Amino acid sequence: MDDLSGAFAQAFRLIAGFDPDLLEIVTLSLQVSLSAVIVAGLIGLPAGAAVAVMRFPGRAVVIAVMNAMMGLPPVVAGLAVYLMLSRAGPLGDWGLLYTPSAMVIAQTVLVAPIIAALTRQAIEDLHGDYDEQLRAFGIGRSGMITTLLWEARVGLFTVLLAGFGRAIAEVGAVIMVGGNINHVTRVMTTAIALETSKGALELALGLGIVLLVIVLGVNALAGLLRMGVAGRAHA
Amino acid sequence: MHWQGFCAWVLPGVPMPDVAPRITEPEKFDGPEVLPVSGRELVVERDGRKLVDGAALTIDQPGVTALMGPNGAGKSLLLRLLAGLIAPDHGTVTWAGTAPDRLRASRVGLVFHRPVMLRRTALANVAFALKVSGVARVERHDRALAALASGGLEHLAASPARVLSGGEQQRLSLVRALAPGPQALLLDEPTANLDPGSTLAIEDLIVRSAEAGMRILLVTHDPAQAQRLADRIAFMHDGQVEAPVSADSFFNEPASAKASAFVAGRLVL
Ligand SMILES: Nc1ncnc2c1ncn2[C@@H]1O[C@H](COP(=O)(O)OP(=O)(O)OP(=O)(O)O)[C@@H](O)[C@H]1O
Ligand SMILES: [Mg+2]
Repeated sequence: MDDLSGAFAQAFRLIAGFDPDLLEIVTLSLQVSLSAVIVAGLIGLPAGAAVAVMRFPGRAVVIAVMNAMMGLPPVVAGLAVYLMLSRAGPLGDWGLLYTPSAMVIAQTVLVAPIIAALTRQAIEDLHGDYDEQLRAFGIGRSGMITTLLWEARVGLFTVLLAGFGRAIAEVGAVIMVGGNINHVTRVMTTAIALETSKGALELALGLGIVLLVIVLGVNALAGLLRMGVAGRAHA
Repeated sequence: MHWQGFCAWVLPGVPMPDVAPRITEPEKFDGPEVLPVSGRELVVERDGRKLVDGAALTIDQPGVTALMGPNGAGKSLLLRLLAGLIAPDHGTVTWAGTAPDRLRASRVGLVFHRPVMLRRTALANVAFALKVSGVARVERHDRALAALASGGLEHLAASPARVLSGGEQQRLSLVRALAPGPQALLLDEPTANLDPGSTLAIEDLIVRSAEAGMRILLVTHDPAQAQRLADRIAFMHDGQVEAPVSADSFFNEPASAKASAFVAGRLVL
């Protein structure tokens, strides 16, 4: 019991003192997950909107696959990215395995389907209301997609937040393709797992508190935005 | 992203400077030819029911043509067909002799029964229609403001369009359709649910647009409005359109049994 409260005290001391190791890990985590969400957004937002607006054979299958991919187990995503990036893999020449880039790729693979599927849902609802009016203006397909994305911007921002929450809290994929190398690819989740297994609870607890604050903060922001939308007739 | 920029992104509708309008008359603009707007032998079938059943109508002559008929006659469907928004199962719609296309869409204005407002300011809604119709960025703001002024909405320029009252939205929706300078304008009950003042404002805009040479097809259930505005009246029932006649003869000597029953208020579907 003394151990535990001591560890907590030490953890808060690490946070309050901006411990360099802790800061480095937190910074890398944020960099990797933010990058992943940006890339996943660049893929998932237009892809989801395009599927929502376009009618083509096999559309139902695409939607089903997109929805199913939302539940992709992180270790499987990690394995797939590992196979692609490993020496013998098709992208082995890029030499990305065990770099932060590999972790960005793995998190992107996890998050892009979530963003695409949720975007498809949001845009499809809007499309029903706006389609005829926008076509009466003379808008084309790409204009329709960008306009609907813009109309749905507040909701889609909460989708990006959800994607970020998933990315930053994920451990299985990044540990496989990042390798949890100290000062190189060690992020919050992998560091917490390692430090805990070593019995070094101070850093693990410190990182755990930071991660908790980030994830709760992101979810609270998403919730506030949603409430704001409901309270504002025009948004 | 800079945080102020971010706020403007998430929370649009930042107040704008109040600029005095310079033009208050609807403007005429050049653009591709769409007249006559014509539908022939139009059929729309859903679940084995013929909702539009051989309807024909051509919008060519200047002035206002009223389209009247009982609920469910197919008037709104006919407007969407003529605007090129839905394809008929049989028959053809042509604009100036060729099939409707997106590049000329803003030349055939359509005002829906229920306004669809974009999540931006009233001014930005009009500017958006102008942008889609190909108006250069530098001209958009002034032209959008002029369009708002022509409908007496300039004081609402900076208001988010979706918080406007139903009547204001209907006016804005007409102003937005007028802004790009259409040759033909299709109006689906533009004054339904409006108070007398708003009705007058919209009728005034319709009259001025017609005087400026616009061809207008007006769906209305209000006989008095048809008599005030219409140069001719086409009667629609059961998915078919009778040949347009003058307002006088429509109300005083209806051409068909159905039309006379409708005028007398005895035609129910
Ligand atoms: N997408 C659709 N699918 C099935 N039926 C439809 C569809 N759209 C319209 N209808 C039907 O077609 C008929 C004509 O509809 P429309 O909206 O054109 O009538 P209207 O003349 O505009 O009537 P109102 O005066 O009430 O506005 C109605 O019976 C309606 O139920
Ligand atoms: Mg109707």
